[in-house]
Amino acid sequence: MEFQLTEDQRALQQAARKYAREVVRPKAAHYDETATFPRDLLATAFELGLLNMAAPVEYGGVGLSHLDQTIVAEELSWGCAGVATSIIANDLANLPIILHGSEDQKKRLLSHFAERLKFSSFCLTEPEAGSDVANMQTTARREGDEYVINGAKCFITNGGHAEQYTVFATVDKTKRHKGITCFVVEGRPAGLTVSKHENKMGQRASDTVSLTFEDVRVPVKNRIGEEGQGFAIAMATLDNSRPLTAMFSVGIARAALEHSMEYASQRKTFGKPIIEHQAIQFMIADMAMNTHAARMLTYESAWLLDQGQRNTLQSSYAKSFAADMAMKVATDAVQVYGGYGYIKEYPVEKLMRDAKLIQVYEGTSQVQRLVIAKELFR
Amino acid sequence: MKILVTAKRVEDPESKIKVKPDGSGIVQEGLKYKINPFDEIGVEEGLRLVAKHQGEVVVVSIGGKEVQEQLRHALAMGAHRAVWVNHTGPLDQLGIAGLLQKVTEKEKPDLVILGKQSIDDDQNQVGQYLAEFLGWGQATFASKVESMESEQEKNKVPALTVTADGKAVRVIREVDNGLATLECQLPAVVTTDLRLNTPRYASLPGIMKAKSKPIEELTPEKLGVDVTPKIQIVKLSSPPARKAGIKVPDVATLVDKLRNEAKVV
Repeated sequence: MEFQLTEDQRALQQAARKYAREVVRPKAAHYDETATFPRDLLATAFELGLLNMAAPVEYGGVGLSHLDQTIVAEELSWGCAGVATSIIANDLANLPIILHGSEDQKKRLLSHFAERLKFSSFCLTEPEAGSDVANMQTTARREGDEYVINGAKCFITNGGHAEQYTVFATVDKTKRHKGITCFVVEGRPAGLTVSKHENKMGQRASDTVSLTFEDVRVPVKNRIGEEGQGFAIAMATLDNSRPLTAMFSVGIARAALEHSMEYASQRKTFGKPIIEHQAIQFMIADMAMNTHAARMLTYESAWLLDQGQRNTLQSSYAKSFAADMAMKVATDAVQVYGGYGYIKEYPVEKLMRDAKLIQVYEGTSQVQRLVIAKELFR
Repeated sequence: MKILVTAKRVEDPESKIKVKPDGSGIVQEGLKYKINPFDEIGVEEGLRLVAKHQGEVVVVSIGGKEVQEQLRHALAMGAHRAVWVNHTGPLDQLGIAGLLQKVTEKEKPDLVILGKQSIDDDQNQVGQYLAEFLGWGQATFASKVESMESEQEKNKVPALTVTADGKAVRVIREVDNGLATLECQLPAVVTTDLRLNTPRYASLPGIMKAKSKPIEELTPEKLGVDVTPKIQIVKLSSPPARKAGIKVPDVATLVDKLRNEAKVV
């Protein structure tokens, strides 16, 4: 057992940290305030290979291990969780192809992301199917060499800017999760409309939209896996991406901790810096300890994947612990700042808003606990 | 065009440097390290020249196994291969220049680029020694003209260019009263100043590719260089702590203090 990063991992960490510090941080407040798409930041991310970390090298990606990806993810989220979510969205959308695509599909549907800045969206959630994925209403009807997709998807990251969509739809509603099938929609075909840009509480730099599908035609060759395999593909994808979202929490918490330490050393009450008051010391100690605990849980959940082992239990530990931790740490950071913490000119209220989303997306903290309980009694 | 660039391992300028209580060195524990920023500028300049004129960039570093981290950083930026002179223990500037002379004679580059100084002990000597040892021309403090939006600025030439016949470099360098332009016959030694360029970021694919780029290991013995230091560091000490400032109630007191205490007016 080794508790240190390798030389390569340190190099990846430094590269991501430099990007987060020099490129993302200076503009994070602007994109939060305006809720506009951070295309310039994402263009640099693309040049640095951050946008396609997970795809194998032979299909134009960087081919990073899961552990490597989490190391990078912490730095990105430390810069801005909204930007990090938009960066990771490509890998999330492409994971079904990476994990279950045929050779031909990987060549056609993955490799082109290396050519230029392009976005891809993962389309699973529906107004009536969030945690309850099996209640999916979007349908896919086979017609000859094509499927015809009809329905609506919501909360789709980068959906307004994507040029490829990984869409889950059911071929038979009565089969519940056994009818769910995975498709890749290329470009913006007729019938696919982007309908609503959500005005979010936090992570406002990431673009979140609703999509409607009206008789959108997809060739059979773009079906990932077999009919009815979609649910398993979606769950495998989320097992893979959960360590990354867990690590986003760690990045937010580390930012909150660092801001709090700096502020507590400068701000004086009763004639001394507030860090010399034990009440503040205890809060900061708790922030540091919980941030590190979440990081270790997350490393383990990613390491298991790299060993080819099932990580469902550990990745749910990591995601729920880390998300709840980040919410608490960011809230405490606002407390350390006092009245100023509530003011938008200071950086910590954004962290609190950003952290909240991680308790909700990619499996709520409650769903993670259901998974944990189910795994424990397996 | 073949370019040899140095990549010294130095303490990260963002670390807090503390002198050991006995003055024998600095406290190493908990320190972070990186490539000397002036050397990083050198790597960037080497890569830009090679992009324009073809050829290869070879990076060299001297030190224990840990300096491979800085070599890998340069390789991740795009350098083609690396030379590692494995040596632990004290080294002075003459020893470093002696090792670099032998590496240069072995590699036969057209140009050697070094940082003008390293940010740990700020000696600013190795480039000059190396040029002297090799008997090559030297151009130190290669720099870039500051943007002034002038006509001259629009027509400015890059600070470091290869002349049309490919036999010399033109270097614009910072001097005390402005800028000096030199032409230097190749092979030559150039040292970089801060404003020469902004080094590129190491990309993730670059970092992964760097893993498979070769690092050749050499030693002072193999190179036949006696690196016994001729300079001994007797003691390190922190600069004296600054005294806190004072507030004066009025201009008269200020003038009085400037005249009678500080004795500057």
